Amino acid sequence: MILQKIRTENMYLYYGNKMALNNVSISIPEKQVTALIGPSGCGKSTFLRSLNRMNDLIDSVKIEGNIFVDDINIYDKNIDVVNLRKKVGMVFQKSNPFAKSIFDNVAYGPRINGNNNKSELKEIVEKSLRDAAIWDEVKDRLHDSAMGLSGGQQQRLCIARTLAVDPEIILMDEPASALDPISTSKIEELIFQLKENFTIVIVTHNMQQAARISDNTAFFYLGELIEYNKTKKIYTNPDKKQTEDYISGRFG
Amino acid sequence: MILKRFKRDAKGFFFEGLTLVSALIIITILIVMLVVIIIGGKSMFTWEFLTSFPTEGMTQGGIFPALFGTALMVIIMSIAAVPFGVITAIYLTEYAKENSVIARSIRFAVRTLAVIPSIIFGLFGLGFFIKFVGTGMDSAFMGGQLKWGQPNILWASLTMALLTLPVVIVSVEEALKTIPRELREASLALGATKWQTIRRVVLPGSYSGIMTGTILAVSRGAGEVAPILFTGAAYYLATLPGSLSDQFMSLGYHIYIMTTQSANVDQTLPIQFGTTLVLLLLTFSLNIVAIILRYRIRRRRIA
Ligand SMILES: Nc1ncnc2c1ncn2[C@@H]1O[C@H](COP(=O)(O)OP(=O)(O)O)[C@@H](O)[C@H]1O
Ligand SMILES: [Mg+2]
Repeated sequence: MILQKIRTENMYLYYGNKMALNNVSISIPEKQVTALIGPSGCGKSTFLRSLNRMNDLIDSVKIEGNIFVDDINIYDKNIDVVNLRKKVGMVFQKSNPFAKSIFDNVAYGPRINGNNNKSELKEIVEKSLRDAAIWDEVKDRLHDSAMGLSGGQQQRLCIARTLAVDPEIILMDEPASALDPISTSKIEELIFQLKENFTIVIVTHNMQQAARISDNTAFFYLGELIEYNKTKKIYTNPDKKQTEDYISGRFG
Repeated sequence: MILKRFKRDAKGFFFEGLTLVSALIIITILIVMLVVIIIGGKSMFTWEFLTSFPTEGMTQGGIFPALFGTALMVIIMSIAAVPFGVITAIYLTEYAKENSVIARSIRFAVRTLAVIPSIIFGLFGLGFFIKFVGTGMDSAFMGGQLKWGQPNILWASLTMALLTLPVVIVSVEEALKTIPRELREASLALGATKWQTIRRVVLPGSYSGIMTGTILAVSRGAGEVAPILFTGAAYYLATLPGSLSDQFMSLGYHIYIMTTQSANVDQTLPIQFGTTLVLLLLTFSLNIVAIILRYRIRRRRIA
Protein backbone atom coordinates (compact mmCIF):
# COMPACT_ATOMS: atom_id res chain seq x y z
CA MET A 1 0.00 0.00 0.00
CA ILE A 2 1.20 3.49 -0.78
CA LEU A 3 1.60 5.73 2.23
CA GLN A 4 0.01 9.17 2.17
CA LYS A 5 2.72 11.56 3.31
CA ILE A 6 0.80 14.83 3.26
CA ARG A 7 -2.90 15.34 3.68
CA THR A 8 -4.97 18.50 3.81
CA GLU A 9 -8.61 18.63 4.88
CA ASN A 10 -10.90 21.49 3.91
CA MET A 11 -8.09 23.94 3.93
CA TYR A 12 -8.77 27.65 3.49
CA LEU A 13 -6.12 30.36 3.41
CA TYR A 14 -6.69 34.10 3.57
CA TYR A 15 -4.36 37.04 2.98
CA GLY A 16 -6.21 39.51 5.18
CA ASN A 17 -9.76 39.33 3.83
CA LYS A 18 -8.74 37.92 0.50
CA MET A 19 -9.24 34.20 0.08
CA ALA A 20 -6.29 32.54 -1.68
CA LEU A 21 -7.10 28.86 -1.07
CA ASN A 22 -10.65 27.64 -1.11
CA ASN A 23 -11.47 24.32 0.52
CA VAL A 24 -8.45 22.31 -0.61
CA SER A 25 -8.44 18.64 0.34
CA ILE A 26 -5.66 16.51 -1.08
CA SER A 27 -3.55 13.46 -0.24
CA ILE A 28 0.01 13.37 -1.46
CA PRO A 29 1.69 9.94 -1.59
CA GLU A 30 5.12 9.13 -0.29
CA LYS A 31 8.15 8.90 -2.59
CA GLN A 32 6.38 10.14 -5.65
CA VAL A 33 6.47 13.39 -7.54
CA THR A 34 3.30 15.41 -7.30
CA ALA A 35 3.01 18.43 -9.58
CA LEU A 36 0.87 21.48 -8.88
CA ILE A 37 -0.24 23.22 -12.05
CA GLY A 38 -2.55 26.08 -12.84
CA PRO A 39 -2.50 29.63 -14.14
CA SER A 40 -0.43 32.26 -12.42
CA GLY A 41 -1.99 33.58 -9.21
CA CYS A 42 -4.17 30.52 -8.57
CA GLY A 43 -2.53 29.75 -5.24
CA LYS A 44 0.12 27.11 -6.06
CA SER A 45 2.93 28.86 -4.18
CA THR A 46 0.58 29.72 -1.36
CA PHE A 47 -0.39 26.09 -1.00
CA LEU A 48 3.21 24.89 -1.16
CA ARG A 49 4.35 27.40 1.45
CA SER A 50 1.66 26.21 3.82
CA LEU A 51 3.22 22.76 3.89
CA ASN A 52 6.38 23.95 5.68
CA ARG A 53 4.66 26.89 7.33
CA MET A 54 6.66 29.49 5.44
CA ASN A 55 3.42 31.47 5.37
CA ASP A 56 3.89 32.07 9.08
CA LEU A 57 6.27 34.83 8.02
CA ILE A 58 3.43 36.81 6.48
CA ASP A 59 1.44 38.55 9.19
CA SER A 60 -1.82 38.78 7.26
CA VAL A 61 -2.12 35.04 6.59
CA LYS A 62 -4.91 33.10 8.27
CA ILE A 63 -5.41 29.40 7.76
CA GLU A 64 -8.45 27.23 8.43
CA GLY A 65 -8.76 23.48 8.08
CA ASN A 66 -6.13 20.85 8.74
CA ILE A 67 -2.80 19.94 7.23
CA PHE A 68 -1.19 16.67 8.21
CA VAL A 69 2.32 15.47 7.56
CA ASP A 70 2.73 11.85 8.60
CA ASP A 71 -0.67 12.16 10.25
CA ILE A 72 0.55 14.94 12.50
CA ASN A 73 -1.32 18.21 12.32
CA ILE A 74 1.44 20.66 11.51
CA TYR A 75 -0.56 23.70 12.63
CA ASP A 76 -1.06 22.22 16.07
CA LYS A 77 0.05 24.42 18.95
CA ASN A 78 2.71 21.93 20.06
CA ILE A 79 4.45 21.69 16.71
CA ASP A 80 8.01 22.99 16.56
CA VAL A 81 8.17 24.87 13.25
CA VAL A 82 11.94 24.58 13.14
CA ASN A 83 11.75 20.79 13.27
CA LEU A 84 8.96 20.74 10.73
CA ARG A 85 11.11 22.67 8.28
CA LYS A 86 13.97 20.24 8.74
CA LYS A 87 11.63 17.47 7.72
CA VAL A 88 9.96 19.45 4.93
CA GLY A 89 12.67 21.14 2.87
CA MET A 90 12.09 23.78 0.23
CA VAL A 91 13.73 24.87 -3.01
CA PHE A 92 12.74 28.29 -4.28
CA GLN A 93 12.00 29.67 -7.71
CA LYS A 94 14.97 32.00 -7.67
CA SER A 95 18.12 30.22 -6.60
CA ASN A 96 19.21 31.80 -3.34
CA PRO A 97 22.64 30.60 -2.24
CA PHE A 98 24.22 32.41 0.71
CA ALA A 99 27.21 34.67 0.03
CA LYS A 100 29.42 31.94 1.44
CA SER A 101 31.56 29.20 -0.04
CA ILE A 102 29.98 26.21 -1.77
CA PHE A 103 30.99 24.06 1.18
CA ASP A 104 29.56 26.45 3.76
CA ASN A 105 26.30 26.67 1.87
CA VAL A 106 25.75 22.93 2.02
CA ALA A 107 27.08 22.66 5.58
CA TYR A 108 24.73 25.42 6.73
CA GLY A 109 21.88 23.14 7.75
CA PRO A 110 23.99 20.56 9.63
CA ARG A 111 25.86 23.37 11.38
CA ILE A 112 22.74 25.10 12.67
CA ASN A 113 21.78 21.68 13.98
CA GLY A 114 24.93 21.79 16.05
CA ASN A 115 27.08 19.48 13.94
CA ASN A 116 30.60 20.90 13.90
CA ASN A 117 32.47 17.68 13.33
CA LYS A 118 34.78 18.41 10.39
CA SER A 119 34.94 14.94 8.88
CA GLU A 120 31.22 14.36 9.30
CA LEU A 121 30.47 17.69 7.64
CA LYS A 122 32.78 16.83 4.78
CA GLU A 123 30.97 13.57 4.30
CA ILE A 124 27.53 15.17 4.38
CA VAL A 125 28.58 17.90 1.96
CA GLU A 126 30.02 15.42 -0.52
CA LYS A 127 27.02 13.13 -0.35
CA SER A 128 24.56 15.99 -0.74
CA LEU A 129 26.44 17.45 -3.68
CA ARG A 130 26.59 14.01 -5.31
CA ASP A 131 22.89 13.46 -4.75
CA ALA A 132 22.19 16.85 -6.29
CA ALA A 133 24.27 15.87 -9.34
CA ILE A 134 26.68 18.75 -9.01
CA TRP A 135 29.64 17.14 -7.23
CA ASP A 136 31.77 16.68 -10.32
CA GLU A 137 31.38 20.30 -11.30
CA VAL A 138 32.36 21.77 -7.94
CA LYS A 139 34.55 19.21 -6.18
CA ASP A 140 37.73 21.15 -7.00
CA ARG A 141 36.43 24.48 -5.76
CA LEU A 142 34.39 23.72 -2.68
CA HIS A 143 35.82 26.74 -0.91
CA ASP A 144 35.11 29.22 -3.67
CA SER A 145 32.13 31.51 -3.33
CA ALA A 146 28.81 30.02 -4.42
CA MET A 147 28.02 33.29 -6.15
CA GLY A 148 30.48 32.36 -8.91
CA LEU A 149 28.36 29.41 -10.07
CA SER A 150 26.01 29.57 -13.04
CA GLY A 151 22.26 29.85 -12.44
CA GLY A 152 21.66 26.16 -13.02
CA GLN A 153 24.54 25.18 -10.77
CA GLN A 154 23.30 27.53 -8.06
CA GLN A 155 19.91 25.90 -8.15
CA ARG A 156 21.40 22.42 -7.83
CA LEU A 157 23.56 23.74 -5.00
CA CYS A 158 20.38 24.92 -3.29
CA ILE A 159 18.95 21.44 -3.74
CA ALA A 160 22.13 19.97 -2.22
CA ARG A 161 21.82 22.41 0.66
CA THR A 162 18.28 21.18 1.27
CA LEU A 163 19.34 17.53 1.05
CA ALA A 164 22.06 18.09 3.64
CA VAL A 165 19.39 18.63 6.28
CA ASP A 166 18.12 15.13 5.50
CA PRO A 167 14.47 16.01 4.90
CA GLU A 168 11.72 13.57 3.99
CA ILE A 169 9.74 15.92 1.80
CA ILE A 170 11.09 18.44 -0.69
CA LEU A 171 8.90 21.29 -1.87
CA MET A 172 9.95 22.95 -5.10
CA ASP A 173 8.46 26.18 -6.37
CA GLU A 174 9.12 26.43 -10.10
CA PRO A 175 12.74 25.41 -9.53
CA ALA A 176 13.64 25.55 -13.22
CA SER A 177 11.61 28.49 -14.43
CA ALA A 178 14.62 30.81 -14.53
CA LEU A 179 16.97 28.30 -16.16
CA ASP A 180 18.09 27.48 -19.67
CA PRO A 181 16.88 24.23 -21.30
CA ILE A 182 20.05 22.26 -20.50
CA SER A 183 20.00 23.20 -16.83
CA THR A 184 16.28 22.52 -16.77
CA SER A 185 16.69 19.00 -18.05
CA LYS A 186 19.43 18.40 -15.50
CA ILE A 187 17.08 19.45 -12.73
CA GLU A 188 14.32 17.25 -14.13
CA GLU A 189 16.63 14.26 -14.24
CA LEU A 190 17.64 15.00 -10.70
CA ILE A 191 14.04 15.14 -9.51
CA PHE A 192 13.48 11.78 -11.12
CA GLN A 193 16.33 10.28 -9.09
CA LEU A 194 15.38 12.03 -5.87
CA LYS A 195 11.91 10.56 -5.72
CA GLU A 196 13.43 7.22 -4.81
CA ASN A 197 14.14 8.63 -1.37
CA PHE A 198 12.02 11.73 -1.04
CA THR A 199 8.46 12.83 -1.42
CA ILE A 200 8.50 15.70 -3.89
CA VAL A 201 5.87 18.36 -4.42
CA ILE A 202 6.69 20.64 -7.32
CA VAL A 203 4.99 23.73 -8.65
CA THR A 204 5.40 24.30 -12.34
CA HIS A 205 3.57 26.24 -14.96
CA ASN A 206 5.33 24.31 -17.65
CA MET A 207 2.85 21.59 -18.54
CA GLN A 208 5.26 19.47 -20.53
CA GLN A 209 7.53 19.47 -17.52
CA ALA A 210 4.72 18.36 -15.22
CA ALA A 211 3.85 15.61 -17.66
CA ARG A 212 7.45 14.41 -17.91
CA ILE A 213 8.41 14.28 -14.28
CA SER A 214 5.35 13.80 -12.12
CA ASP A 215 3.34 10.80 -10.98
CA ASN A 216 0.36 12.84 -9.85
CA THR A 217 -0.91 16.21 -10.95
CA ALA A 218 -3.11 18.65 -9.11
CA PHE A 219 -4.78 21.38 -11.11
CA PHE A 220 -5.54 24.58 -9.20
CA TYR A 221 -7.73 27.37 -10.41
CA LEU A 222 -8.61 30.54 -8.48
CA GLY A 223 -7.60 28.98 -5.20
CA GLU A 224 -9.57 25.81 -5.71
CA LEU A 225 -8.26 22.33 -6.33
CA ILE A 226 -10.19 21.54 -9.50
CA GLU A 227 -8.84 18.11 -10.27
CA TYR A 228 -6.27 15.78 -8.82
CA ASN A 229 -5.28 12.45 -10.27
CA LYS A 230 -2.54 10.35 -11.80
CA THR A 231 -0.60 12.52 -14.22
CA LYS A 232 -1.33 10.15 -17.08
CA LYS A 233 -5.05 10.35 -16.48
CA ILE A 234 -5.02 14.16 -16.14
CA TYR A 235 -3.16 14.55 -19.40
CA THR A 236 -5.04 12.01 -21.46
CA ASN A 237 -8.51 12.01 -20.10
CA PRO A 238 -9.29 14.69 -17.49
CA ASP A 239 -12.65 14.58 -15.76
CA LYS A 240 -13.22 18.32 -15.74
CA LYS A 241 -13.59 20.56 -18.70
CA GLN A 242 -11.57 23.34 -17.02
CA THR A 243 -8.64 20.99 -16.67
CA GLU A 244 -8.84 19.99 -20.28
CA ASP A 245 -9.02 23.61 -21.39
CA TYR A 246 -5.98 24.52 -19.33
CA ILE A 247 -3.90 21.55 -20.47
CA SER A 248 -4.74 22.08 -24.09
CA GLY A 249 -3.61 25.66 -23.68
CA ARG A 250 -6.96 27.33 -24.09
CA PHE A 251 -6.30 29.63 -21.15
CA GLY A 252 -3.64 30.51 -18.59
CA MET B 1 1.67 84.15 -26.43
CA ILE B 2 5.30 84.85 -27.13
CA LEU B 3 5.48 87.24 -24.24
CA LYS B 4 4.01 84.60 -21.92
CA ARG B 5 6.52 82.09 -23.06
CA PHE B 6 9.33 84.56 -22.65
CA LYS B 7 8.18 85.25 -19.10
CA ARG B 8 8.13 81.55 -18.32
CA ASP B 9 11.56 81.00 -19.80
CA ALA B 10 12.95 83.98 -17.96
CA LYS B 11 11.58 82.63 -14.70
CA GLY B 12 13.12 79.23 -15.34
CA PHE B 13 16.39 80.84 -16.27
CA PHE B 14 16.36 82.91 -13.13
CA PHE B 15 15.80 79.94 -10.84
CA GLU B 16 18.34 77.79 -12.58
CA GLY B 17 20.83 80.60 -12.15
CA LEU B 18 19.91 80.99 -8.51
CA THR B 19 20.56 77.32 -7.72
CA LEU B 20 23.86 77.45 -9.57
CA VAL B 21 24.97 80.53 -7.67
CA SER B 22 24.04 78.96 -4.32
CA ALA B 23 26.00 75.86 -5.16
CA LEU B 24 29.01 77.95 -6.19
CA ILE B 25 28.88 79.95 -2.97
CA ILE B 26 28.94 76.78 -0.90
CA ILE B 27 31.82 75.31 -2.83
CA THR B 28 33.76 78.56 -2.60
CA ILE B 29 33.32 78.75 1.16
CA LEU B 30 34.53 75.19 1.50
CA ILE B 31 37.56 75.78 -0.67
CA VAL B 32 38.48 79.03 1.10
CA MET B 33 38.20 77.30 4.46
CA LEU B 34 40.36 74.41 3.35
CA VAL B 35 42.97 76.62 1.76
CA VAL B 36 43.23 78.88 4.81
CA ILE B 37 43.52 75.95 7.18
CA ILE B 38 46.01 74.08 5.03
CA ILE B 39 48.23 77.09 4.46
CA GLY B 40 48.10 78.05 8.12
CA GLY B 41 48.60 74.55 9.44
CA LYS B 42 50.87 72.74 7.03
CA SER B 43 54.14 73.96 8.49
CA MET B 44 52.98 72.61 11.88
CA PHE B 45 51.96 69.27 10.48
CA THR B 46 54.99 67.27 11.54
CA TRP B 47 55.58 64.01 13.33
CA GLU B 48 57.04 66.04 16.17
CA PHE B 49 53.81 68.04 16.51
CA LEU B 50 51.66 64.93 16.60
CA THR B 51 53.75 63.07 19.14
CA SER B 52 54.88 65.60 21.71
CA PHE B 53 53.25 67.25 24.70
CA PRO B 54 52.49 70.98 24.82
CA THR B 55 55.26 73.00 26.44
CA GLU B 56 55.83 76.53 27.72
CA GLY B 57 52.34 76.94 29.14
CA MET B 58 50.84 75.48 25.94
CA THR B 59 52.37 78.10 23.68
CA GLN B 60 54.84 75.62 22.19
CA GLY B 61 55.12 71.90 21.56
CA GLY B 62 52.66 69.40 20.18
CA ILE B 63 49.19 68.02 20.64
CA PHE B 64 49.84 64.41 21.52
CA PRO B 65 47.63 64.27 24.66
CA ALA B 66 44.71 65.84 22.77
CA LEU B 67 45.10 63.37 19.91
CA PHE B 68 45.41 60.48 22.33
CA GLY B 69 42.43 61.67 24.38
CA THR B 70 40.22 62.04 21.33
CA ALA B 71 41.19 58.59 20.10
CA LEU B 72 40.56 56.97 23.47
CA MET B 73 37.25 58.78 23.85
CA VAL B 74 35.94 57.65 20.46
CA ILE B 75 37.02 54.08 21.18
CA ILE B 76 35.12 53.98 24.48
CA MET B 77 32.23 55.74 22.79
CA SER B 78 32.15 53.12 20.02
CA ILE B 79 32.26 50.27 22.49
CA ALA B 80 29.10 51.71 24.03
CA ALA B 81 27.28 53.04 20.96
CA VAL B 82 27.93 50.35 18.36
CA PRO B 83 26.57 47.25 20.14
CA PHE B 84 23.63 49.22 21.47
CA GLY B 85 22.92 50.71 18.06
CA VAL B 86 23.25 47.38 16.27
CA ILE B 87 20.89 45.70 18.72
CA THR B 88 18.35 48.48 18.33
CA ALA B 89 18.59 48.30 14.54
CA ILE B 90 18.14 44.53 14.64
CA TYR B 91 15.08 44.93 16.80
CA LEU B 92 13.60 47.51 14.47
CA THR B 93 14.19 45.66 11.20
CA GLU B 94 13.93 42.03 12.28
CA TYR B 95 11.59 41.80 15.23
CA ALA B 96 9.30 44.82 15.50
CA LYS B 97 6.26 44.92 13.27
CA GLU B 98 6.60 47.80 10.85
CA ASN B 99 3.86 49.97 12.31
CA SER B 100 3.73 48.79 15.88
CA VAL B 101 3.57 51.43 18.59
CA ILE B 102 6.96 50.39 19.96
CA ALA B 103 8.73 50.56 16.61
CA ARG B 104 7.20 53.93 15.85
CA SER B 105 8.15 55.30 19.26
CA ILE B 106 11.73 54.11 18.85
CA ARG B 107 11.98 55.66 15.40
CA PHE B 108 10.54 58.90 16.75
CA ALA B 109 13.02 58.87 19.63
CA VAL B 110 15.94 58.23 17.27
CA ARG B 111 14.91 61.07 14.97
CA THR B 112 14.49 63.41 17.91
CA LEU B 113 17.81 62.41 19.42
CA ALA B 114 19.45 63.26 16.10
CA VAL B 115 18.27 66.88 16.14
CA ILE B 116 18.88 67.78 19.77
CA PRO B 117 21.62 70.45 20.02
CA SER B 118 24.84 68.92 21.23
CA ILE B 119 25.18 71.23 24.22
CA ILE B 120 22.01 69.66 25.60
CA PHE B 121 23.75 66.30 25.53
CA GLY B 122 26.53 67.89 27.52
CA LEU B 123 24.10 69.13 30.13
CA PHE B 124 22.34 65.81 30.20
CA GLY B 125 25.65 64.01 30.69
CA LEU B 126 26.49 66.31 33.56
CA GLY B 127 23.12 65.84 35.21
CA PHE B 128 22.62 62.16 34.55
CA PHE B 129 26.02 60.48 34.37
CA ILE B 130 27.98 62.65 36.77
CA LYS B 131 25.45 63.93 39.30
CA PHE B 132 23.10 60.98 39.28
CA VAL B 133 25.03 57.83 38.33
CA GLY B 134 28.49 58.97 39.39
CA THR B 135 27.51 60.48 42.71
CA GLY B 136 25.29 57.49 43.33
CA MET B 137 28.24 55.16 42.71
CA ASP B 138 30.41 57.19 45.05
CA SER B 139 27.99 56.98 47.93
CA ALA B 140 27.30 53.31 47.25
CA PHE B 141 30.83 52.00 46.71
CA MET B 142 33.30 54.71 47.73
CA GLY B 143 31.81 55.65 51.07
CA GLY B 144 30.97 59.09 49.79
CA GLN B 145 34.50 59.82 48.64
CA LEU B 146 34.59 61.71 45.34
CA LYS B 147 35.69 59.48 42.48
CA TRP B 148 32.97 58.94 39.90
CA GLY B 149 30.85 61.98 40.65
CA GLN B 150 33.07 64.29 38.63
CA PRO B 151 33.93 64.69 34.94
CA ASN B 152 35.97 61.87 33.41
CA ILE B 153 36.58 60.11 30.12
CA LEU B 154 33.96 57.46 30.80
CA TRP B 155 31.10 59.90 31.27
CA ALA B 156 32.28 62.01 28.35
CA SER B 157 32.42 58.95 26.08
CA LEU B 158 28.98 57.75 27.17
CA THR B 159 27.52 61.20 26.60
CA MET B 160 29.07 61.20 23.15
CA ALA B 161 27.70 57.71 22.57
CA LEU B 162 24.18 59.03 23.10
CA LEU B 163 24.82 61.76 20.57
CA THR B 164 26.13 59.37 17.91
CA LEU B 165 23.65 56.57 18.54
CA PRO B 166 21.19 57.72 15.84
CA VAL B 167 23.96 57.63 13.23
CA VAL B 168 24.76 54.02 14.12
CA ILE B 169 21.14 52.92 14.23
CA VAL B 170 20.25 54.48 10.88
CA SER B 171 23.31 53.08 9.07
CA VAL B 172 22.87 49.59 10.44
CA GLU B 173 19.14 49.59 9.70
CA GLU B 174 19.88 50.59 6.14
CA ALA B 175 22.38 47.75 5.81
CA LEU B 176 20.07 45.14 7.34
CA LYS B 177 17.36 46.09 4.88
CA THR B 178 19.63 45.29 1.94
CA ILE B 179 19.68 41.60 2.87
CA PRO B 180 17.14 40.09 0.50
CA ARG B 181 14.09 38.31 1.85
CA GLU B 182 15.04 35.28 -0.25
CA LEU B 183 18.14 34.68 1.85
CA ARG B 184 16.25 34.90 5.11
CA GLU B 185 13.68 32.47 3.71
CA ALA B 186 16.40 30.10 2.53
CA SER B 187 17.82 29.98 6.01
CA LEU B 188 14.47 29.54 7.75
CA ALA B 189 13.45 26.85 5.28
CA LEU B 190 16.54 24.89 6.29
CA GLY B 191 15.25 24.80 9.83
CA ALA B 192 17.21 27.73 11.20
CA THR B 193 15.66 29.75 13.98
CA LYS B 194 15.15 33.45 13.54
CA TRP B 195 18.14 34.24 15.69
CA GLN B 196 20.37 31.77 13.80
CA THR B 197 19.26 33.43 10.58
CA ILE B 198 20.15 36.88 11.89
CA ARG B 199 23.42 35.68 13.33
CA ARG B 200 24.62 33.67 10.33
CA VAL B 201 23.05 35.30 7.29
CA VAL B 202 21.82 38.80 8.06
CA LEU B 203 24.66 40.14 10.20
CA PRO B 204 27.55 38.82 8.06
CA GLY B 205 25.93 40.53 5.09
CA SER B 206 25.72 43.77 7.03
CA TYR B 207 29.27 44.16 8.27
CA SER B 208 30.05 46.99 5.88
CA GLY B 209 26.94 48.82 7.08
CA ILE B 210 27.96 48.37 10.69
CA MET B 211 31.42 49.63 9.77
CA THR B 212 29.93 52.64 8.01
CA GLY B 213 27.83 53.50 11.03
CA THR B 214 30.79 53.14 13.36
CA ILE B 215 33.03 55.30 11.23
CA LEU B 216 30.42 58.03 10.82
CA ALA B 217 29.81 57.98 14.56
CA VAL B 218 33.53 58.19 15.26
CA SER B 219 34.04 61.07 12.87
CA ARG B 220 31.10 62.92 14.39
CA GLY B 221 32.25 62.20 17.93
CA ALA B 222 35.85 63.16 17.24
CA GLY B 223 34.84 66.66 16.25
CA GLU B 224 32.16 67.51 18.81
CA VAL B 225 33.12 69.63 21.80
CA ALA B 226 29.89 70.59 23.53
CA PRO B 227 29.00 67.13 24.89
CA ILE B 228 32.37 66.67 26.57
CA LEU B 229 32.71 70.23 27.83
CA PHE B 230 31.17 69.52 31.23
CA THR B 231 31.60 65.78 31.28
CA GLY B 232 35.29 65.04 31.00
CA ALA B 233 37.44 67.23 28.74
CA ALA B 234 40.33 68.98 30.47
CA TYR B 235 42.10 72.23 29.75
CA TYR B 236 45.55 70.81 30.26
CA LEU B 237 46.89 67.56 31.66
CA ALA B 238 50.54 66.73 32.17
CA THR B 239 49.83 63.00 31.92
CA LEU B 240 47.71 60.82 29.71
CA PRO B 241 44.48 59.41 31.15
CA GLY B 242 45.28 56.10 32.82
CA SER B 243 41.84 55.00 33.96
CA LEU B 244 38.19 55.56 33.16
CA SER B 245 37.89 57.98 36.04
CA ASP B 246 40.57 60.33 34.64
CA GLN B 247 39.89 63.43 32.61
CA PHE B 248 41.32 63.78 29.13
CA MET B 249 42.32 66.35 26.53
CA SER B 250 40.62 66.45 23.17
CA LEU B 251 41.40 68.03 19.81
CA GLY B 252 38.23 70.09 19.49
CA TYR B 253 38.42 71.39 23.03
CA HIS B 254 42.10 72.12 22.57
CA ILE B 255 41.30 74.38 19.61
CA TYR B 256 38.69 76.16 21.69
CA ILE B 257 41.14 76.65 24.55
CA MET B 258 43.90 77.85 22.28
CA THR B 259 41.74 80.43 20.56
CA THR B 260 39.97 81.81 23.59
CA GLN B 261 41.78 80.99 26.80
CA SER B 262 45.43 80.97 25.87
CA ALA B 263 47.87 83.34 27.57
CA ASN B 264 48.93 84.55 24.19
CA VAL B 265 46.44 83.92 21.43
CA ASP B 266 48.56 85.35 18.62
CA GLN B 267 51.60 83.34 19.54
CA THR B 268 49.63 80.08 19.53
CA LEU B 269 48.08 80.76 16.13
CA PRO B 270 50.21 78.12 14.37
CA ILE B 271 49.19 75.54 16.96
CA GLN B 272 45.55 76.43 16.42
CA PHE B 273 45.90 75.97 12.68
CA GLY B 274 47.89 72.80 13.10
CA THR B 275 45.34 71.27 15.47
CA THR B 276 42.48 72.27 13.20
CA LEU B 277 44.21 70.67 10.24
CA VAL B 278 44.73 67.44 12.16
CA LEU B 279 41.09 67.32 13.26
CA LEU B 280 39.91 68.12 9.75
CA LEU B 281 42.07 65.43 8.16
CA LEU B 282 40.86 62.94 10.72
CA THR B 283 37.14 63.54 10.14
CA PHE B 284 37.58 63.94 6.39
CA SER B 285 39.35 60.65 5.92
CA LEU B 286 36.86 58.84 8.16
CA ASN B 287 33.99 60.29 6.16
CA ILE B 288 35.54 59.31 2.86
CA VAL B 289 35.92 55.72 4.05
CA ALA B 290 32.28 55.78 5.17
CA ILE B 291 31.13 57.16 1.83
CA ILE B 292 32.99 54.44 -0.05
CA LEU B 293 31.50 51.71 2.14
CA ARG B 294 28.03 53.16 1.83
CA TYR B 295 28.36 53.42 -1.93
CA ARG B 296 29.27 49.74 -2.06
CA ILE B 297 26.21 48.81 0.01
CA ARG B 298 23.89 50.86 -2.19
CA ARG B 299 25.29 49.29 -5.32
CA ARG B 300 24.66 45.85 -3.89
CA ARG B 301 21.05 46.73 -3.17
CA ILE B 302 20.45 47.76 -6.76
CA ALA B 303 22.22 44.67 -8.12
N1 LIG C 1 2.06 38.00 0.53
C1 LIG C 1 0.86 38.11 -0.06
N2 LIG C 1 -0.03 39.02 0.38
C2 LIG C 1 -1.23 39.14 -0.21
N3 LIG C 1 -1.65 38.41 -1.24
C3 LIG C 1 -0.81 37.48 -1.74
C4 LIG C 1 0.50 37.28 -1.17
N4 LIG C 1 1.11 36.29 -1.86
C5 LIG C 1 0.24 35.90 -2.79
N5 LIG C 1 -0.92 36.60 -2.74
C6 LIG C 1 -2.10 36.44 -3.59
O1 LIG C 1 -2.57 35.13 -3.45
C7 LIG C 1 -2.95 34.61 -4.71
C8 LIG C 1 -2.18 33.33 -4.99
O2 LIG C 1 -0.81 33.65 -5.18
P1 LIG C 1 0.29 32.55 -5.42
O3 LIG C 1 0.12 31.49 -4.42
O4 LIG C 1 1.59 33.24 -5.46
O5 LIG C 1 -0.09 32.01 -6.87
P2 LIG C 1 0.77 31.12 -7.88
O6 LIG C 1 1.97 30.62 -7.18
O7 LIG C 1 -0.17 30.05 -8.30
O8 LIG C 1 1.10 32.01 -9.02
C9 LIG C 1 -2.70 35.70 -5.73
O9 LIG C 1 -3.90 36.37 -5.96
C10 LIG C 1 -1.74 36.61 -5.05
O10 LIG C 1 -1.91 37.93 -5.47
MG1 LIG D 1 4.04 31.01 -7.62
